[in-house]
Formats: sequence, structure tokens, C-alpha cells
Amino acid sequence: MEKIQQEKANLKYQLQSTMERKSSKKRKIDRLVTIFCIICVGLAIVPLGSILFEVIKNGISALRIEFLTQRPGSMISGRGGIGPAIQGTLITVGIASIIAAPAGIFAGIYLAEFAGTGPLPHAIRFFNDVLTGLPSIVLGIVGYIVIVLVIGSFSVWAGSFALSIIMIPIVVRVTEESLKVVPNSIREAGHSLGIPKWKITLHITLKAAFSGVLTGIVIGISRIAGETAPLIMTILGTSLFFTGFDDPVDALPLRIWRLASQPYDSAHAQGWAAALILILIVLLFSVTLRFLAARKGFKVRVIRYSNL
Amino acid sequence: MNSATLKDDHQERRKKLSNLLLSKKKPMDRAFFGIVLGAAGYTLLLLALIVYAIGDGSIEIFSYEGLDFLTGTDWNAVYGREAFGALPYLIGTLVTAAIAMVIGVPVSIGIAVFLSEIAPPRVSTPLSFVIELLAAVPSIVYGLWALFVFRFWIVDLIERPLYNAFGDWIPLFGKTPFGLDVFTAGIVLSIMIIPIISSISRELLKAVPDTQREAAYSLGATRWETLRIAVFPYVKSGLFGAAFLGLGRAVGETILVTMVIGNAVGINAIPTSLFSQSQTLASVIANEFNEAASSLHLSALIGLGVVLLMLTMAINIGGVLLISRMVKVSPGVKE
Amino acid sequence: MSRTLKGPEEELSPTLQVSKISESVEIERPTEVKDIPPPKLSIRNLEAWFGTKRALKGINLDVRENSITAFIGPSGCGKTTLIRCLNRMHEMTPGASAKGQAILDGMDMYDAKVDPVTIKRRIGMVFQKPNPFPTMSIYDNVAAGLKLNGIKDKKLIDDIVRESLEGAALWEEVKNELNKPGMGLSGGQQQRLCIARALAMQPEILLMDEPTSSLDPIASSKIEELVHGMKKDLTVVIVTHNMQQAARVSDFTAFMYLGELIEYGDTKQIFENPRMELTERYISGKFG
Repeated sequence: MEKIQQEKANLKYQLQSTMERKSSKKRKIDRLVTIFCIICVGLAIVPLGSILFEVIKNGISALRIEFLTQRPGSMISGRGGIGPAIQGTLITVGIASIIAAPAGIFAGIYLAEFAGTGPLPHAIRFFNDVLTGLPSIVLGIVGYIVIVLVIGSFSVWAGSFALSIIMIPIVVRVTEESLKVVPNSIREAGHSLGIPKWKITLHITLKAAFSGVLTGIVIGISRIAGETAPLIMTILGTSLFFTGFDDPVDALPLRIWRLASQPYDSAHAQGWAAALILILIVLLFSVTLRFLAARKGFKVRVIRYSNL
Repeated sequence: MNSATLKDDHQERRKKLSNLLLSKKKPMDRAFFGIVLGAAGYTLLLLALIVYAIGDGSIEIFSYEGLDFLTGTDWNAVYGREAFGALPYLIGTLVTAAIAMVIGVPVSIGIAVFLSEIAPPRVSTPLSFVIELLAAVPSIVYGLWALFVFRFWIVDLIERPLYNAFGDWIPLFGKTPFGLDVFTAGIVLSIMIIPIISSISRELLKAVPDTQREAAYSLGATRWETLRIAVFPYVKSGLFGAAFLGLGRAVGETILVTMVIGNAVGINAIPTSLFSQSQTLASVIANEFNEAASSLHLSALIGLGVVLLMLTMAINIGGVLLISRMVKVSPGVKE
Repeated sequence: MSRTLKGPEEELSPTLQVSKISESVEIERPTEVKDIPPPKLSIRNLEAWFGTKRALKGINLDVRENSITAFIGPSGCGKTTLIRCLNRMHEMTPGASAKGQAILDGMDMYDAKVDPVTIKRRIGMVFQKPNPFPTMSIYDNVAAGLKLNGIKDKKLIDDIVRESLEGAALWEEVKNELNKPGMGLSGGQQQRLCIARALAMQPEILLMDEPTSSLDPIASSKIEELVHGMKKDLTVVIVTHNMQQAARVSDFTAFMYLGELIEYGDTKQIFENPRMELTERYISGKFG
């Protein structure tokens, strides 16, 4: 009897001392993992900080009214401005949004309120996801073929069309998600009052989901405002102010690229300044939209940019 | 007001209302359904349009070269000696994307682990917002920064030392580094895809119920062991999916790559070392589209677009399928 | 069954006469014959399904005008399904279906020609969990049914909103805050808001599906008082899993079990002198 007790105690002691030894090793590994993770966070934050720092540092000196409103001067002179580029960005992004927002919202309504689980809705969701991931340069080519070649000139229409293709899937996805979150009891209440379904969808359900939908639109606009590739072969870029929807127009991302590709320091400086303006415009826009929405009682949710 | 009059009033009102609430015709409902269905169909139409446009635009090059286009390494637009091959650019695309993944995926997962497992909420909330900001930066601004600032960090801190130390006997570090090469492109791409992969990973990690972690901790497991045993098995395929989506983004990125990859052409674009100049499918299109020398040249560029499109679609479809499979196969524990 | 089918336009006229209802169907008559009000809603052979699963089997009963009728029974007996058939909400659930007759003032609601949407303008509903519209003010919530059905006369709407809120015993509490959001009210107030919203449509019948089960006792009793007062203007059907509530509030009670109507009669009779053994066992708490 005693012997068994002895052996049990021995075993226990052995187990415990093994675990002791291993545990200090485990703790070391744990610490290493934690340190690794922190380093990873640093690796992400440092570039971000550097980008913001450089943009502000290099760009702030060129922030003058002339810079914002004038046409570009000769490249080497460092004079002139990015007026046409700002105007062009506002116009192309504006038109793209006017196309993409309603199309995206209604498609999102279809998916959330009318579609079941059949093959058609499944296909639409699937292809919408595919559309989200398409490279924007390819969409630029499409804009070129479908619009530029057909109209016969590089134009606002082509650029807006290409940008709208980028924005639509974003709005569709966010609209569908936002509508799905609205509790079904709200729709039931609407039905119980004898309100026709389309009115329930537009005036009750969509209104309830509106802050989310608005967020989707804001994200979409922020995204396309920064796109360069699809503009290359659609709006072409120019140093003139807007002359017509069928004509080429400039845009901030394009202008930045052109400036950066120049060998002159003055051009580079203008590029930084234009980059600062671009970021400020996008920021200003999204803040204004949130402010307006808040006035009407909607809070624009903070939604992730990254996988849209 | 006695109750009789009240009741009369009430009946009055009800009659008035009844007459006003005439039976609504169905057409509005049907029209609305038509509108939303049309909008949904429009997205399908767009996809079909894209495929058709790209296909039609590339017919010329594919009928001229057939599938040799995919394996050729020349890129010559001179009249009479045209030859276009997508292979160097395909390789350039894959190499930069690979570099981006090798660096980006572990870092993203590290960030996701930090945000979801290690950091307390008052740190993780603002921090995750900051990481999201990385996604909000337009790629042209990345390009600008990479070209004028980051490139020099990489040359001075990484490329030169590696070249000096190993350049002679490891071909991977063989070429004289100037900072405009696949290595730089890959690294900046990795920074760009970090927000995508880390945010999806974070969602996946959050979805694992805490009870799993608690079970592991209660057995004396450390944080790392808990992750290894109780958390990662659930999220493995989802992480793959997230990585795929990041890869899709890296492959499709244009302007950033164009600015720092060095713009080599044709056979010279095949990278032989990390510090080689190269180009990607997207960057060639961006560089040459507006100055295409002939319709064949243009068609060749569109052909590159076809290759890029198919590559991206394959990657994205794979990623979506992996993630959706992950979401369906949830942990088998009933909470 | 004789056909008293009228088109949608005629459904609104309250003067249609009841035509012959086949006598071959056993109709539950209340056993204590006092002043039996005329039938407002006659249910004949009503059956309902969820997919292939049958939830209601051959229900026959007459809901009496200007009375309060309670549906009671254990969970799963079909009382909620039945009440949702009375305004054709049941079939809105995917896969759900119903057939039979529900004759309102001589018109069969289940007839193919009748548009289910219009039914709901005459038969209102209040749900278990209060569901005011989240983006609307108190005023807008009550007016929602009217405005979204095309009523534009502002004075008429104002009057109706006030009358409905009074009818829901909420007016005094909110009369100075009509523009505040509906969601800002307490649970009991929100439910009364939903009642007001339903009343605004001037329904002939108000269906209430366990209206107090998510509320505290004080809020619940406020609502019970309300329901009492509604009798003179409309007919109320209330589903409740609380037998005492049924006994307190209703004139007639229908006891259901496993999708069938077991017994229907005067509330006093049902609770004091049930005819069926099953009823007696449920009442005395032996199951459910």
C-alpha cells in the first residue's frame, strides 16, 4: 500500500518538475510571439506615419490659392497649378457616383428584399464579388473600348463609366448588408398596416438602413477619387479646364503621376502638394457627408475600408 | 360630447378613410421589382461587357500569335518585326506578388493576432482604425512616397548591405541595386495589402468563441499555445482566403508598381535577381497604352489585360470560395 | 359554401349582407346565451401549413362584433398561427400557406380575387415585441399607415393621430413631444405607440399577438385596461399565454391544442365550467 502511495507521489513530482522546466521555455516562446506581433504592428504604422509626414511636409509649402485654381505652367518653371485636375476629379467622380449610387442601391435592395436563395441571386452575389476584385487598369481598357472608341474621343464619360464600375459593387455589398441588419419586425409592422411592399422597402426599411448605405457610398467615392489606372486611357488628362463631357479632362491622381514622372524637383514638389490636396478633398468629403447625415439623425458607421 | 356622437364621429372618420384608402393597383409593386431586378441585372451585364470588350480587343493579337503570346518573351513594336510576349510580365507580376505575400501575410496575421488576442480594447480600437487608414491611402500617393522616400530606405538599409555581403555568390542579390526593382515593388505592395488581410483575419479570429480559448488557458496553455491549439485550426482556411484576396489586390495594382519597378521591356523584364528591373502586366499597359504604335500593339496590350483578368479572377474566386467555406464550417460547439 | 365574392372595390362597403353559410358545418356557439353580438368574422374550415407541416386543422369559429376574444392554449397549439391567418399575415412567411374561408362582413378574405394588402387596412395587428419604426418620430409613427397609404389631408391626420394616441392611453404622456423619436419611449409606451399606430387605420378588427408578454406587470395592466375600452369601437382578438389575462380581459375564449380548436365559448363558462376535459386540464394548470 505504502509503495503505491510512494509511486504515485513520485509520478506527481516528476510531472510537476517537467512542467516547471517546460513552462519557462513556454514563457520565452510566448514573449517572442508577442514581440513579433508588436513588430508587425510597427511595420504597418511606420510607413503610414511616414507617408502622412512626407505628404504634409512636402506638400504644405505649395498650398496657395494660385496653386489650387490655375492651370499648370511649364513643367520646369514650377509655377502654375492643379486647378483643372481638381475640377476634373470632382466632375468625373461626381458623375461616376450619380451612375453608381442608384444602380448599386437598387441592386442591393434586390438582393436583400426580393431575392431568395435561388440560382439567380446566388449568381448575382457571386459575380458582384468577382467584380469587386477586378484590376482597375482592366476597367480602364473597358472604358476605352466601350466609350472612347465609340464616341471617338477621350472623354469624361469614359472615365466616369470606368470609375462607376469600380464603385457599384461596393455600394451593392454595403447596401445589402445594411438592409439585412434591419430587423424583420419593422417590415412586419409595415405589412400589418397594409402598406404595399415597395413603399415599405423605400420609406421604412431603406430609411432605417440609410446610415449604412450612406457609408457605403462614402467609401465608394473615397476609393474612386484615388484611382489612377482607369483614367489613363479614358480621360487622358489635359492641362485645360473642363470643356465638355465628350472631351478629355484632367484629374488629380493622373496629374500627380505626370508630375512625379518629370525629372524636375519643382514638378515633384507640386506632385506632393497635389497629393495633399487629394487626401484633403477625400477627407473633407467624407467628413461633410457624415456631418450632414448626423444632422438628419443618422450616424455614419465606421466601416472597414480595406476589403471593399 | 356624449359617447353617441363620439361613435358617430368615429364612424364618419372611418368611412372617410375607407374611401380614401382605395385598393392600390399592383403595377407599382411590379414596376419597383422591375427596377431592382434591372439594377441587379446591370451588374451582370457589366461583367459580360467587360469580358466581351477585352476578348474582342485582344482577338488581333491572339490570331496573330496564338498561344505563343503567353509564352513569348519578346516585346517589339517596330513595324515589320512585331513580336509580343506576355511571359516576362507575367513573371514580373508573380514575383512581385510573391514578395508581397511572403512579407505581407505573416505581418498581417501578426497584426491581427495582436489586435484580437493581445491588445486591450482601448488600444485595439484606435489601433485598428489606424491600420484601416493604410487602406484609405490612394495608391498614387503610395507610389509617390515609394519613389521619393521609401526607395532610399530600402536601398540603404536592405539592398546595399545584402548586395555587398552576398552579391557575388548568391544570384538572388546579384544586381546592383538602385531601388527601382521588383524588391521595392514587392515590399510596397506588401504594405498595401496589409489592411485587407489583417482585417479579414481579425474578423476570423474574433469569430472563434472565447470558450475555446478559455478551455486551453485553463489547462495551463500559454498564449501562443492557445492560439496554436484552440484558435488557428478553426481559422486556417479562412486565413488562406484572406491571403488570396490580398494576392488578388497585389496582382492587380498598377500605378504603384509602375513607379518603382524600373520599367524594363521584353526579355530584359524577366527578373534574375531581387534587384532586377522588371514590369508587371498592369504596368506595361499603363506605360504603353496611350502611345501604342499600331493596332497590333494595342491588341497585345489588351491581351495582357486578358491574362491579368484571368489571373485575378482565378485568385479572387478561389479566395471567396475559401472564405465562404470557412464561414459555413463553424466550430462544432454549441454555445 | 355559397360564394359571396366581391371585387376589391366593393370590399370597403360595410353594408354587404351576410349570405347563407352552409349549415353542414358545426359552429361553436357560446353556451351561455346572453346578448350574442352578430358575427364579425366567420372562420370556416381554416387550415394552415408551414411547408408540409400542418399547423391548423379545420378551424371553425365566429368572432363576435364589438367583443374581446382570447385565444389560449399551450405553446405550439397554433394560436399565433391562427391569429396571423386572420389578416393573412401567415402566408407571408416563406413556405407558409393557408386555405379555407375567413368571412368578414360577408366577404371571404381568402378568395382569390381579394388583395391581401387591402385586408390589412381593415384588420390591424399588434405584435409581441413592440416594433415602432426606428427612424420616425412619435407623430410619424402613428401617422405612418395613413401617410404611406396616400392620405394627405394634414388636418385629418392630425385629428386621427390625436384620437389614436388617446385611444392607446398615450396622449397625455407624449402630447408635448410628438416630434421626439418613437424609439425613445419605454417598452410599455412603445407598445402603446404601436397600438395607436394600428388604431390610426380605423380598423374594424384589432389582432393582438401576446401584446404584453414582453412587458412588466404595470405596463401590461395599462394595456389590458386599454383593450377593455376598445370594445365599443372595434372587435379585438387577443392571443395570450397568460390565462389570468384571458380571464380578466376577454368576453369569449377559444382554447386550442395541437392545431385544433378544442372549445370556444363565453369566457366565464370556459374558466368556471369547461365542457371538454382537455380544457379543464389546461385551465387547472395540469399542462402547458
